Amino acid sequence: MIGIETIVFFMFAALSVFAALRVITARNPVHAALFLVLAFFSMAGIWMLLEAEFLAITLVLVYVGAVMVLFLFVVMMLDINLEELKEGFWRWFPVGAVLAAFMIFEMVWVLGSRQTAETGAHLAKHAADYSNTKELGRLIYTDYVYPFELAAVILLVAIVAAIALTLRAGRAKKKQDPSKQVLVKSKDRVRLISMPASKKVSAQPDAAKADQVKS
Amino acid sequence: MSFLSTLFPAYAEIFLLAMVSVILIADLFTSGRTKTVTYLLVQLTLLGCSLITVATHQNGVTHLFHNMFVDDLMSDVLKLLSYLAVSMMLVYSRSYLLARGLFSGEFLALVLFALMGIMVMISASHFLTLYLGLELLSLSLYAVVALQRDSATATEAAMKYFILGALASGLLLYGMSMLYGATGTLDVNAVSAAIQHGVANKALLVFGLVFIVSGLAFKLGAVPFHMWVPDVYHGAPTAMTMLIGTAPKLAAFAFVMRILVEGMQPLMIHWSGMLAILAVLSMAVGNISAIAQTNIKRMFAYSTIAHMGFLLVGVLSGGIEGYGSAMFYAVIYVLMSLGGFGMIMLLSREGFEADTLNDFKGLNQRSPWLAFMMLLLMFSMAGVPPTVGFYAKFSVLNAAVAAGHIPLVIMAVLFSLIGAFYYLRIVKLMYFDAPESHERIYMQPDSTLLISINGLVVLALGILPGTLMSVCAVSVQQSLLLH
Repeated sequence: MIGIETIVFFMFAALSVFAALRVITARNPVHAALFLVLAFFSMAGIWMLLEAEFLAITLVLVYVGAVMVLFLFVVMMLDINLEELKEGFWRWFPVGAVLAAFMIFEMVWVLGSRQTAETGAHLAKHAADYSNTKELGRLIYTDYVYPFELAAVILLVAIVAAIALTLRAGRAKKKQDPSKQVLVKSKDRVRLISMPASKKVSAQPDAAKADQVKS
Repeated sequence: MSFLSTLFPAYAEIFLLAMVSVILIADLFTSGRTKTVTYLLVQLTLLGCSLITVATHQNGVTHLFHNMFVDDLMSDVLKLLSYLAVSMMLVYSRSYLLARGLFSGEFLALVLFALMGIMVMISASHFLTLYLGLELLSLSLYAVVALQRDSATATEAAMKYFILGALASGLLLYGMSMLYGATGTLDVNAVSAAIQHGVANKALLVFGLVFIVSGLAFKLGAVPFHMWVPDVYHGAPTAMTMLIGTAPKLAAFAFVMRILVEGMQPLMIHWSGMLAILAVLSMAVGNISAIAQTNIKRMFAYSTIAHMGFLLVGVLSGGIEGYGSAMFYAVIYVLMSLGGFGMIMLLSREGFEADTLNDFKGLNQRSPWLAFMMLLLMFSMAGVPPTVGFYAKFSVLNAAVAAGHIPLVIMAVLFSLIGAFYYLRIVKLMYFDAPESHERIYMQPDSTLLISINGLVVLALGILPGTLMSVCAVSVQQSLLLH
């Protein structure tokens, strides 16, 4: 007996796998970005099925609404040369294929040898008036307050790093260090090189080379 | 007030966060290129953190924030050593960075943020906090490496570090999500209990474990996940390399202890085998590739890979001896690499990097004292008695023999012998070769004093290793509740 929920789940799951595949196979970067949007939408659908409405809406609002739009802007502004990106793909393909086959073999070997079907704990069903958002809010500010604060610190690091890496303030000024100046000896500054006063015409290339080496 | 007083094991972290915020603002109002005020504030912060950590120490294991934070002797000792390592790193690198215009308030703030990540990792007892601490540390380090914007090599190093680091974080997260799927919890102790009681699905657990070990190996720089180490060590400015190569290794040790030993002790039979492969490969590739290097920073990078292999030998041996000797090894490694990178920076000057082997030629004629200090550090890295490096290697091997890993010990000794070649080559270059340049070495008084202390401590600890060794053993014993 397949319920409507299962049908919807498989629909979204198939859609997200298809979209994810198209992200990496699409030739046009703009198409790839749009397929990523589709993948986000279908994942949001799956989260909705898991009764995580708040996360599903956040995913659409934040990722689709903000992050992906920015991403599209960047992709459209940059002139990406596809040929250059694909250069060397076929050269390294055999190595990558062997590695991938090896990993798939290992995964099948590990997972296939024992039962893995009966794993996950079953989700508890909640009443219709159960508020996912309220529960999340309660947990974040009570049990998970420490990770929450840490995430805030990480955002602060991101701000500081972004400013430090992009702000071009005035250049560092030239400054004199008296203690270093006192230490300097005349022979550190002036180097006397004995050279012939006149050069022979035939030996000129050699002499030029020797000069280069000295300097 | 009563709520605040329950937080006292985390006072050091809270103080650090408050001080970083103060420093970020104070830096805007202090003028001057040398950033003396900010620098002193940072050093004072580190001193304050140490005092708080000592003052809030209590016996036993204390959990806080719903089991997400743990305070025990191991975390306190590792935190104190991290403050010390960061403080020494700042003393060594101050004039180096000033000469390159990199000694900014943002740099100091990012260093403190990295330290905070280290502290979070050291006292995390929940996979979520472990991960967040790791990200806090990594993000600060990526930014610090990229700070030298005009240098193409530093930018390239930062990009490589960032991309491979993100990949490693992805692997770790994937592994953690599998553990969560298998056990239904992210609490380290609860995961351990779930595995012990056989509630968890074994196949899924082992599958998750593989991803977690791969992610850890990436972060430690163990072969075959070591590709980023030489490029990042070589490309980053030496001060940043020192920052990456010292205190974060203490955090990495704590990370391995919290995840593998505390969280997955019942799966030891699985992960010790994986660690053995990583350890042997790391010691082999690290020591053999280091011979071919002409750049000393690259050489240190390969030597780090080899040292991490040694550290893993200690961890996989298990027991108080194994974990204690691994902790001792991590501490000694940090001490030695502080000295090694400090020496490179001491010999560098404005517009010149003393980072090739040739720059060390004839150092004895230019400065006998510095050459002697470098000799002590190199002897220690190679594991020549009476320096402490010998004792660190000896205690790890001792633990491995006690655990019955004889073939592993034989290979470790063999690769250490190969490794001794490139450390001793530097000694040979310093004492028996003619110097290439007679440029006067400008010895900064503070770094010179520090490197003298650093070198002599390496010697002194080699003669009297007992105290530090027993501190390591006792702290591991207390935090793991071993008997």
